[in-house]
Order: sequence, then structure tokens, then C-alpha cells
Amino acid sequence: MISGELKEKLLKEILEAETPNEKAVDVMYELQKVYGWITDEAMSEASELLGMTLTELDELATFYNFLFREPVGKYVIHVCDSVVCWMNGYEVLLDHLKGRLGIGIGETTSDGLFTLLPVCCIGYCDRAPAMLINRRVHGNLTPEKIDTIIDQIRAKEQES
Amino acid sequence: MKNWCQKDGQKPNEKYHYPQILLKNRKPDRILTLEEYRLDDGYAALEDTLKNLKPKEITQKIDEAGIRGRGGAGFPLGKKWLSIPDDAPFPRYFVVNCDEMEPGTFKDRVLLHTNPHNLIEAMIIAGYAISARKGFIFVRPSYETLSQILERELEIARQEGYLGENILGSGFSFDIVVHRSGGRYICGEATALLNAIQGKRPNPKQPPPYPTTRGMWDKPTVTNNVETIVWVPHVLRHGARWYKSLAATRTGEGTKLYCVSGKVNNPGCFELPMGTRLSEIIDVHAGGMIEGSEFKACIPGGASTRFLTRKYYDVEMDFDSFRMVGHRLGTAAIIVFDHKTCLVDATLNLMEFFARESCGWCTPCREGLPYICELLRKIENGDGKAEFVGILKEMSKFLWNSYCAFAPGAMSSLESLITYFEDEIFEHIWEKKCPFKV
Ligand SMILES: Cc1cc2nc3c(=O)[nH]c(=O)nc-3n(C[C@H](O)[C@H](O)[C@H](O)COP(=O)(O)O)c2cc1C
Ligand code: SF4
Ligand code: FES
Repeated sequence: MISGELKEKLLKEILEAETPNEKAVDVMYELQKVYGWITDEAMSEASELLGMTLTELDELATFYNFLFREPVGKYVIHVCDSVVCWMNGYEVLLDHLKGRLGIGIGETTSDGLFTLLPVCCIGYCDRAPAMLINRRVHGNLTPEKIDTIIDQIRAKEQES
Repeated sequence: MKNWCQKDGQKPNEKYHYPQILLKNRKPDRILTLEEYRLDDGYAALEDTLKNLKPKEITQKIDEAGIRGRGGAGFPLGKKWLSIPDDAPFPRYFVVNCDEMEPGTFKDRVLLHTNPHNLIEAMIIAGYAISARKGFIFVRPSYETLSQILERELEIARQEGYLGENILGSGFSFDIVVHRSGGRYICGEATALLNAIQGKRPNPKQPPPYPTTRGMWDKPTVTNNVETIVWVPHVLRHGARWYKSLAATRTGEGTKLYCVSGKVNNPGCFELPMGTRLSEIIDVHAGGMIEGSEFKACIPGGASTRFLTRKYYDVEMDFDSFRMVGHRLGTAAIIVFDHKTCLVDATLNLMEFFARESCGWCTPCREGLPYICELLRKIENGDGKAEFVGILKEMSKFLWNSYCAFAPGAMSSLESLITYFEDEIFEHIWEKKCPFKV
């Protein structure tokens, strides 16, 4: 269950909107932060907060690339596979990432840290090849750079 | 072509320096603050407008300048605003499209990381011109940092009295919110965008009614691209003639943000007179082709435009010049391919993008794109048959029967691949392999 504090914050935002539906994606983003993904529990909470049916919400949750209706790792890696990254070595990078993490596209590492997903052009084609980790951009990627990024995250996680 | 800054005695390459309006205050690591923007006459147009101009007069001035929409379609800004009937109901909404999901395009990102207050000022004036109560900036998820910058700067503007009730004592009230997208290419299409903001599944909606009559919550709604709307304060300050004179060609107007990516030395976003030649943009501003690469083709306006070959390397990059040679300027995002890149494979990549991002609402698009991918993939992998080319040709026409402009846009690269690179396709088929793969 979400905290009373978050609930209040969301209800206030919903009240300020033109209609509650306007906040549907925002609310789901917030619940996703709490649960890691949009669980059935999150769905019913969103439905209650927004006064929308589960079907209306699922129509959105299943449509958008950044809302997850299935469990994902703590770090979601979105690798850009659109045309500029593709011509600048995306395939090599993807192979490297897969090898490094030991997972394929759409899979999560067994420690629950990383999920690997494809994404279309993220608007950083001037720094292709590029990827997002939890919506943060990493550009001009090389296999070495990817190793550094992954190592840093792993080290950070081991500390905490 | 006119060279705007060329003066006697200047070094030759300085002839390629042009007035910077939108990216004038570009800094490597931060935005222009509200204070700095004000020192550069920022918010002066707003103060002047609220004091001295009636909404209709603003629209008139904007219409005179002939600003054309930079979101891809080139529709005149003034005409769109004028299409709101005088007796249209209230409240009205003004929406800024910062979805920017057209592959190759990143101009709005660069623009707003340079000067967010230019957008905020422009939106308030636009809101006043169409008597709107609320503005929305629709931002894609991969621009999350931008959403945060915008929210922070909106709050600063609010504290300065530029937003909220009774702005600068004028009696006009207006506020702006950032709307975060859940992330899907179709949301950039103007009618799908409005559904997205309303929390509906973002399928497009064919007009009529037009959004300017009945848009969000059935109320009049105007949508503009970031790069279109930011011109408003500049044009109000300097006038329509100044605006038109910024262009390199008579058919162009203003400057244009050209994005260049792919096989060039210096990919990036460049503010240049609209109508600057493609050759100059690639050879000079983008630093030319990378070593060992020759220009083979480019996609000049984002993934929804046609392959443009060497034949038009010198084309002037404005809406009309492009139309005259059978191309579309789109977002003027130039994706450069070299002679070592297989264009069948590139087109397959583009078709996979469209197949994945199709909203699924109508059958030709939803079913047609995966089928096209399958045929192209077979050709690329050496399993193609000669008759596939005919089927692909037919499909590229058939998908025009779709519900929205997404599918015709998707067909641009496929159709032009067949038109200009048929030999390359057949080489795959006869040799039973991709000639670019060793
Ligand atoms: C599939 C599709 C995607 C689009 N994506 C965008 C986009 O990301 N940003 C944008 O400004 N316009 C986009 N457009 C164009 C919009 O429909 C609309 O024409 C534009 O936002 C209007 O603004 P303008 O008149 O200022 O150009 C897209 C159109 C289509 C058909
Ligand atoms: S053409 Fe494609 S994107 Fe447009 S409505 Fe049909 S399925 Fe959706
Ligand atoms: S193609 Fe990868 S960021 Fe644009």
C-alpha cells in the first residue's frame, strides 16, 4: 500500500487538473516508483485515486513504453535501436550488454538489478549510439563505456 | 545564396556565420536564466503586448510574418490561430508539442536546454492571443531532465508575476503545466496528443471537428511545435520583414534548426537561415563526411521523409524548395548514410520502428507494416524473391489508406528506396545475400 503522504500529494495534484484522467499517467508513474512496476495492487490504487476503471487504466498502462505492467529490474536499460544508433554500432553494443549482463532483450538479471529493453530513437542521435538507464541518457557509447557504467551501478548497489 | 555576415576583410569561413536568434544564448552546460533572458530583452514582448495589443492584433502580426509550423507539416501558425471561430467557447487550451519522437530529430531538446524562458514567454503571448486559460507542454520520457528544468523555470516565472492570475496587472490569467508522456511515437501526432493529455488511449482522431473548434474536453485547442512557437516574441519585437529577411531564400522564412546525424564528423543541431543548401549544412556545419565515407543518401526531415540522393545535394532546405523537387522538409533532421551502409537494411530498421510504434487502431498500418518488415528481412537475409519488389511497391501505396498520417509517413523511405535504389534491392535478391555484409 502507498503511504498516506503520497496519497495526499497525488489527490492534490488530481484536484488541480482539468479532469482526474489528465493525471492518469503521472499517477501510474508515481506508483511504479513505489512498487518497481505497475502491480495489480497499484492498478486498483490508481483506479481508486483517479476514479477510472481498471480497463481504462490498462488501456494506458499497456500502451506506453515507460509504464511496466510486468516486473522489471531496479535499473531499466533502454537501448536505442533506431536508425542513427543502428548505423553507429548499436548491434555491437547490444551484444556486449547481453553478454555482460547474461540476459537477452526483455529479460531481467537474476539479482533483479537490470532489465534490458529496446526503445526507439530517444532524441540523442547527435550522441549515437545512446541508451537510457532509468530515463537518464548515456551517449557516444562504446563497450568500455558500458562496462564502466554497469560497474558503477553494481558498486553502488553493493555499498547500500 | 546570400551570405549574411560576410563583410570585407573577413576570413572566408566567416561567411558561414549567421545571425543566431533561437540558439543565441547557447551554453555548453546550462540554460539561460530568467535574469539573463531579461537582460537580452526577454519578456519585453510580453509586457508590451499585454499593455498595448489586443489579442486579434497579435494574431494579425504573427500571420503577416508567415511562420510555418516546424513540427513537420509546415502549416502556417497564424492561419491555425485564426481558425478558432470568434464565438468559440471557453475555456480554451494551448498545447506545445515537445514529443519530438521523429527519429533523427533533437532540435526542441537543444532549443529548450538553451532558453526555456523563450518558450514560456511565447506560450503566455499565444495564450493571450487565443484567450486561453491554460497551457500544456507535452514532453517525452527521455527528456525527463527537460521536464524538470521546465517545471523549475515555470515556478520562477510564476514568482515574477508572468504566470497565474492577473499577469502583470493586465487582467489576463494563464498558467502552464508540464505533461509527461508515457512514451509512444504516435503521441506526437496532434490529435493523438490531445487524447494523451486527456488521459485517453492516444489514438489519432480524424477531423472534423478540428481541435481549434472542439479539442480537449470539447473546447478549442491549439497545438504548436516548440520551434514554431518560440518565434512569437521575436517576431513581435522585430517585425515580419525582419523575420522573413533571416532566410536564405525567398521561399524560406526565419532561421531553421537543422539536426544532422549519421556519418558526419560533427553531428549536431545548427541554427541557419532557412533555405540553406543541404551541401553547406553537411560539408561545412556538420564537418563533412567522416573519413573513408562518401555521401550515398540522406533522409532530410526525420524518418517520415524520403531518401534524398546525390542528385539534390545542393537543394535549398525550405518547405517549398523541397516540395518542388518531390520531397518533404519534415523536421529538417538530416540523417546521413554513407556508401558502406546498406539501404535495404536501413529501410528495414525504419519499418521495424514504424511497425512497433503503430498505434494499432487501423488495419492497413497495423497489419501492413509487419508484413513489409517480413519481406524486407527476407531480402536482406538473402531469401528474397523478385516478386517481393512488386508487392512492396503495392504495399507502399496501399498503406496510404490508413487512418492517420503515420502510415503515409512510414511509406516515404520504402517508396523512395524502391524508386532510387531498386538495383540495390535486386542485388540482394540475385546474389542471395546482402552485398554490404562480408
Ligand atoms: C506520426 C506523427 C508524429 C508526429 N510527431 C510530432 C512531434 O513529435 N512533434 C511535433 O511537433 N509534431 C509532430 N507531428 C506533427 C503534429 O501532428 C502537428 O502537425 C504539429 O505538432 C503542429 O505544430 P506546428 O504547426 O507548429 O508544426 C507528428 C505528426 C505525425 C503524423
Ligand atoms: S495509421 Fe497507424 S498510427 Fe495511424 S491510426 Fe492507423 S494504426 Fe494508428
Ligand atoms: S536513433 Fe538513437 S537516439 Fe536517435
